[in-house]
Amino acid sequence: MTNTLHRFGDAESFRDDIVVICVPSRGRNDENIVPKLRKFLEMAMKYKPVNLGDARHGGVHRPSKHLNPLSHWKRDFKPDFDAVIAGFDTATTAAAVFDNIEAAEAFVTDVRKADLGVSVNISTSIEGALKCCQAAGLPRHSAGYSLGFEGKTEHLPSADVLTLSTMCGHGMVSTSLAKKMIDWVREGRRTPEQACTYMSRFCSCGIFNPARARRILEDSRGKNQ
Amino acid sequence: MYINPDKCVACGNCTYVCPMGAIYVDPLIKRAKVNLDECVECYACYNGLSQEHLNPTLVRATRRIFQALRLRFDPEPDVCPTAAFEPEELTWPRVVRRAFSDPRVPHESTGVEGRGTEEVKTNDVTGRVKAGEVGFTIEFGRPGVGVWMREIQDMCWTLAKAGVDFETRNPITSLMKDRATGTLREDILKEKLMSAIIEIKVPISRTEEIVRLVWEVEKRIDTVVALGVGARCDADGVDREIAPILEKLGYDLVRAKTNIGLGKNTNAVLPVEQPAQPQLVSR
Repeated sequence: MTNTLHRFGDAESFRDDIVVICVPSRGRNDENIVPKLRKFLEMAMKYKPVNLGDARHGGVHRPSKHLNPLSHWKRDFKPDFDAVIAGFDTATTAAAVFDNIEAAEAFVTDVRKADLGVSVNISTSIEGALKCCQAAGLPRHSAGYSLGFEGKTEHLPSADVLTLSTMCGHGMVSTSLAKKMIDWVREGRRTPEQACTYMSRFCSCGIFNPARARRILEDSRGKNQ
Repeated sequence: MYINPDKCVACGNCTYVCPMGAIYVDPLIKRAKVNLDECVECYACYNGLSQEHLNPTLVRATRRIFQALRLRFDPEPDVCPTAAFEPEELTWPRVVRRAFSDPRVPHESTGVEGRGTEEVKTNDVTGRVKAGEVGFTIEFGRPGVGVWMREIQDMCWTLAKAGVDFETRNPITSLMKDRATGTLREDILKEKLMSAIIEIKVPISRTEEIVRLVWEVEKRIDTVVALGVGARCDADGVDREIAPILEKLGYDLVRAKTNIGLGKNTNAVLPVEQPAQPQLVSR
């Protein structure tokens, strides 16, 4: 799963986008792993993440299979962090998404002290990850560089759309939906908060960053199409 | 994926959420339909849309009245009002589409969700990429373009011809009928995927050669490629070898996934180390 690696944007655009993931390795440290992964998520709560991820069940914004028709007027846009932690029941990737480097640094320092014995990765700008490592007193073990998108890039949409849709690396946030949300915010049909929540519900492992999405949507309001 | 025409009210919400743009409203029958050639069975529509269970007849009548009065009802954009999506039972080889496209489905070959690989994310426990080596994840179809297996085949052949070692625990490798030549099973070549990853590792001295091979294949296939490069850092946490090569090739290294080395082998029984695959020569 390279789900967070190839997010689109320059280094500056990742200032509010730091994803810390805890990844069990099949056959090596996946026995009795669920309590450790749940602890990882619980520890993150102290630093006010903007999303929590369970690769099997989703993040803090989830779709409903039995939506009340009245929800068109009274939809609940609040994130449900407790549901992610309580529902974590599988040996899969856990993720905590932060919108500021200070919180990520403090969290990584705590994770080191907790000694969970599970691989932990920081997905953000190279510079941001280095800051987290320095704060925690850890040298980098390995780095997986993103070299960006190449090949027939004429198939790709605009930068704003790409920035939003690549926050779900599995491609569950379609470029058409991202474009539609940008348009709806520009037209005043929805607030940036509402628009980013709609997109976040499609991200099935909870690594979409609603805070960064909101900033991009707010910034796009003043731009020409 | 199937959209039940008895339930669909042609609201059009699903046409925007399909990552492949495979859903359209058929003007003749006034119902949404799935272009099965383009659909990659990612289930974004079924899993991502919230569902109401409204009466389709009532919804259609309401929509007709609003249309006649030129009124716009502004419904939630992530809702299927009549729960019209019905997953079909997939058989081989179409089931391959879902395995590579629906991130909630773990790959049988690796047990890993998403694209089925651990790459360097668990390098601290697997030792997959060692000092002196470079790992490549060559991903096709991402973001939002998709890829046909026959296009991946082209890259597999090219890399095999160069004598590279395909990662064993990788879903694409598991679909090769001949790893020596990089030949995939013929019965899957007409399947379209959201994305898939070829994973290899080579000595660092071959980094530039592999990148140039990828560039060559990119010219021949009609999709996008996202290259990931895995490096083992030294004791100081620095990669002094691979990053300079990539920068020399013109890449501006901005983003990375950084493994901070906290993982341990804690299972009671650990997997037996597999011997390295022999370096293959040309077909």
